[in-house]
Amino acid sequence: MSDPRVSAVIEVTNVSFAYGDTSAVSDVSLTVESGEFLGLIGPNGSGKTTLLHIMLGLIEPDSGSVELFGEPIEEFSAGHRIGYVSQQSTSKGSTMPITVREVIEMGRFAHAGSQRLNDEDHAIVEEAIETVNIADLQHRRINALSGGQRQRAYIARALASEADLLALDEPTVGVDAESRDAFYGLLDRLNSDGITIVLIEHDIGVVTDRASRIACINRELYHHGDTESFVESDALAEAYGASGRVVHHHH
Amino acid sequence: MQNSTRRLQALRSAAIVSFGFVLILSAFLVSDTLLTYGLPNGGLVSAFVSVGQIIAEATGFTLLSFRFGWRMLAIGGLIGIVGPLIGMYIVHREMAMIGETLAHTAFAGVAIGLLVTGATGIETNYLLPALIVAILGAFLVEYLAARSSSYGDVPIAIMLSGSFALGTLVISYGGGLTGISIEGVLFGNVSVVPPSGGTIMLVLSAIVIGVVATQYKQLLFITFDEQAARVAQLNVSAYNSLLIVLTALVVVGAMQILGVILVAAMLVVPVAAASQIATSFREALYLAVLIGEASIMVGLVAAHQAGLPAGGTIVMLGVVCYIAAVVLSDRDLAAISIR
Repeated sequence: MSDPRVSAVIEVTNVSFAYGDTSAVSDVSLTVESGEFLGLIGPNGSGKTTLLHIMLGLIEPDSGSVELFGEPIEEFSAGHRIGYVSQQSTSKGSTMPITVREVIEMGRFAHAGSQRLNDEDHAIVEEAIETVNIADLQHRRINALSGGQRQRAYIARALASEADLLALDEPTVGVDAESRDAFYGLLDRLNSDGITIVLIEHDIGVVTDRASRIACINRELYHHGDTESFVESDALAEAYGASGRVVHHHH
Repeated sequence: MQNSTRRLQALRSAAIVSFGFVLILSAFLVSDTLLTYGLPNGGLVSAFVSVGQIIAEATGFTLLSFRFGWRMLAIGGLIGIVGPLIGMYIVHREMAMIGETLAHTAFAGVAIGLLVTGATGIETNYLLPALIVAILGAFLVEYLAARSSSYGDVPIAIMLSGSFALGTLVISYGGGLTGISIEGVLFGNVSVVPPSGGTIMLVLSAIVIGVVATQYKQLLFITFDEQAARVAQLNVSAYNSLLIVLTALVVVGAMQILGVILVAAMLVVPVAAASQIATSFREALYLAVLIGEASIMVGLVAAHQAGLPAGGTIVMLGVVCYIAAVVLSDRDLAAISIR
């Protein structure tokens, strides 16, 4: 679980990034507190995934700084504290023969180093499998699972790594409504257990129902604050419709 | 679940037996190397040859009554392990063409080596310059790939044909300076593999097996989900470079039997066959090694008996295994859909 002395899990300060001449993220600052459920929304091509990648160290920003768990991202080494479910992770394993359990065991790799997984690692993997309720699927090939089941497996991988932060990039694309509800129910449970969640989701209704705070971006940050203030603000119309201007930034 | 566990255990046992067999053959290679350099070898080479003579008397199969026959079998045994071992990662990283490219780069290395030998009179096994140039080529491929959006096939295709073109130019320039057969380099020539070829294969295999044994989990994580591996703070760029360099080692080692043209098949075909029918990564790994070993051992023996080229025979056997696996997996899918 999170270090109680560090309340900010992610701190992004004046971050900008451009693909060539095209600005993707412009001067964004925001903080994700421990235990928060942050919904990251914005129209297509608004820089949501780029911002998430900057937060996780997958992209180095052109300017600005990022801290993870109180450490500058360049010095951060406790990667096992972050569980990441990327957009690609659903399709990447399409031809690779790998079981659900083997995928979940990857969560223990950072802990085991170059050693074989020990009994404790296997017990933690079992617990993660039980938590997301896929015990009956663990010996099947991951690409034989439905989208919703596969996402549960990736969550289990994050749980096995004992992650404090779960970052998910549109995890329910192509998942049926019933499985999606069950999936978000699981996220709610994990969040109430203290896991910090950052979720990119195209369905704004889902985000406003689930997230405690919302960051709305379209290259610039249009809103960062609690869900109620977002619903009452004009940030949505501004970010999705008009050209940008105001930054609502509430802490 | 019990079925899959039993299957995995059976494959594991078979792979261990196969590994043990190759270990015994490796003991021959060690002894062969010692003998070549005039060091005491404990008589292992003559013991192997004696066993081969007994087999020849009993069955009429004469290959193993010669020192080169055992050397060929031992090198083949090592290729059957290290080829699929590295192939498991490169195939599932969608980098199957990298082996082919590095083989052609190694060909340029052979040509450059021949030119240097012709100019300076310093003679080495042709695999050594091939190894150096293939490793440099591996870094160049990695450099080009890192600057395109993915392991796109355009830089790989350019490297493949470019290095082969360089090789042909160098050979043309230095024509007549060398005693080695270019045809043998292109298509493999088992009957003239020198003892130093066995030594090089032994060292390369030890490096490849050692690295994969200690970095298995990290390579698997990166192969399956590179972004998540980056987030978990694995040094993905370093592992990518490592994987490509290991591929270069395997390609150069395997070139002497399979030749430049066919060497990549041993990285790709057994893995493709195993991946059709395996459920788990481990299962596919064991199965790929077994298919690789079976193709090589049966291929070498059959080629010797029938007077066929070894490389082509081995690869065709692998392809037959692949087609069989595709048919088998189709039947499995049909059975599932009927249920």
